[in-house]
Amino acid sequence: MDSKQLYQEVILDHNKKPRNYGSLADATHRSEGLNPLCGDHIWLHLHVKDGVVERVAFEGQSCAICKASASMMTTVIKGRSVAEAEALVEEFRQMTTGQLDPDKQPNHLGRLAVFRGVKDLPSRVKCAILPWHTLRAAFGERHTATTEGEHDPAADR
Amino acid sequence: MSATALKEPTATAQAPFDPEQYRADFPILSNVHPHGHRLVFLDNAASSQMPRQVIDRLVHYQTHEHANIHRGVHLLSERATEAYENARRSVQRFLNAREEREIIFTTGCTEGINLVMHGYGRKFLGPGDEIVVTQMEHHSNIVPWQMLCEEKGTRLRVAPIDDCGELVFEEYEKLFNERTKFAAVTHVSNALGTITPIKRMIDVAHAHGVPVLVDGAQAAPHLSVDVQALDCDFYAFSGHKLCGPTGSGALYGKARLLEKMQPFKGGGDMILSVTFEKTTYNTIPHKFEAGTPPIAAMIGLGAAVDYLQAIGLDRIAAHEHALLDYASRRLVEIPGVRIVGTAREKAAVVSFYVGDVHPHDVGTLLNEEGVAVRTGHHCAQPVMQRFGIPATARASFALYNTLAEVDALVDAVRKVQQLFG
Repeated sequence: MDSKQLYQEVILDHNKKPRNYGSLADATHRSEGLNPLCGDHIWLHLHVKDGVVERVAFEGQSCAICKASASMMTTVIKGRSVAEAEALVEEFRQMTTGQLDPDKQPNHLGRLAVFRGVKDLPSRVKCAILPWHTLRAAFGERHTATTEGEHDPAADR
Repeated sequence: MSATALKEPTATAQAPFDPEQYRADFPILSNVHPHGHRLVFLDNAASSQMPRQVIDRLVHYQTHEHANIHRGVHLLSERATEAYENARRSVQRFLNAREEREIIFTTGCTEGINLVMHGYGRKFLGPGDEIVVTQMEHHSNIVPWQMLCEEKGTRLRVAPIDDCGELVFEEYEKLFNERTKFAAVTHVSNALGTITPIKRMIDVAHAHGVPVLVDGAQAAPHLSVDVQALDCDFYAFSGHKLCGPTGSGALYGKARLLEKMQPFKGGGDMILSVTFEKTTYNTIPHKFEAGTPPIAAMIGLGAAVDYLQAIGLDRIAAHEHALLDYASRRLVEIPGVRIVGTAREKAAVVSFYVGDVHPHDVGTLLNEEGVAVRTGHHCAQPVMQRFGIPATARASFALYNTLAEVDALVDAVRKVQQLFG
């Protein structure tokens, strides 16, 4: 695991030019994600109609891994059903915690597999997973997600 | 005496300060980093490394002295008790406390502060009373006082810092009034490196009859501390930040204050007699040391402060200051690098930013070059809020760091910039 594998071009590109960055005035679901340990902080805005994520936006302050993860997540979930997006959350979590190898096991992650290297950096797993956690909170109308405590995505490592 | 005498540090106190000589005392520093680099350990403000003098002392204790303290009448218990109480004397010398009984062993600075909050705060503070802190406290010196405020209806007053990270002294002074009943202030900021004008701060508080707790977590490893000269009422620090084991620390308190405080934790060893009608508490410091303490850790702490004192805190401070100056100068030569915390008086810490690269990414990339720094808010979120930033990368120095390691840091930061272009 070296920086070239972690900070791949596509991740650096999404960090520099995050897609779907901003707010949604008519969001039906919103949530806030916080990693109190490193200060990653994002807000997610969704417009869901008939069980489909029609539009999505995010904003916040975070490291490159978190921002790229959020940016790519928004591009992938747009147009998908809530159920499909939730399945992706689970697959992404499994990949970044080393329980799913996207090269060997069936999955729907596609380009998101660029984050596979994160599993070798336990301290950075939370960065990659925060946006996904936040998405799950938005769907569940919990409004806030945190990478600490009982919702710790890395707890089952 | 059964314990082996502490081995002297490798270099003599008279020789010019050569960190390479002391490096030889620290086995971990000769480890090769998994990425093939020599380990450059610049995260000392979080926890510093342990010299073999301390490691050997721990091994000796476990091999020849271990038993529970204070209660046994057998040989090992006597040895363990002697070693434990010798460590207390080492800490007393280290802080220049008047009496041994003014040194309470704690599991670290955080426990020391909590002890004062429970022992003094809960007994003597009430609704409407005010506690003065500064904007540069770390969470250990904020949260216990907030817990007290919630319970007692007391109020926290916060003295601001300026853009350099220095205390705004006039504002600090203005916070004191007839409602002020306690001050809990830091000696050195962990996130900014600022050395506070602690003596003047204590004097102002005392002029208002207010006792002062000094959070010495970041000062004790880097500055010569004299609690009598400071005239502080309490001084808390951790062992693991000054080359000692985790789970060790000490709280200095003036005997007359400790005597009137209530115990923090109840249990064995902190009592003189117990019946179901009444318990008589033990004398200080034992009143505050309930249960079996981490005996080995405290003995290791004693060895650590002896080690540092044999080298000389003033010489260590001068060396670290040279590293700090050099690092500050070289880092700002890199375009886009900004240092947070530029107080005139600083100790051993340089917090910085690399353009708009998040500090977390900086930390991961530096690690690949074998350079260990801390990234994040350093458990001092209010400091970060003051500067409007979420986090910084922080390099912090110890006696064993070298100018060449600062060069390694600078080279690694340049690589970060190249990657993020």
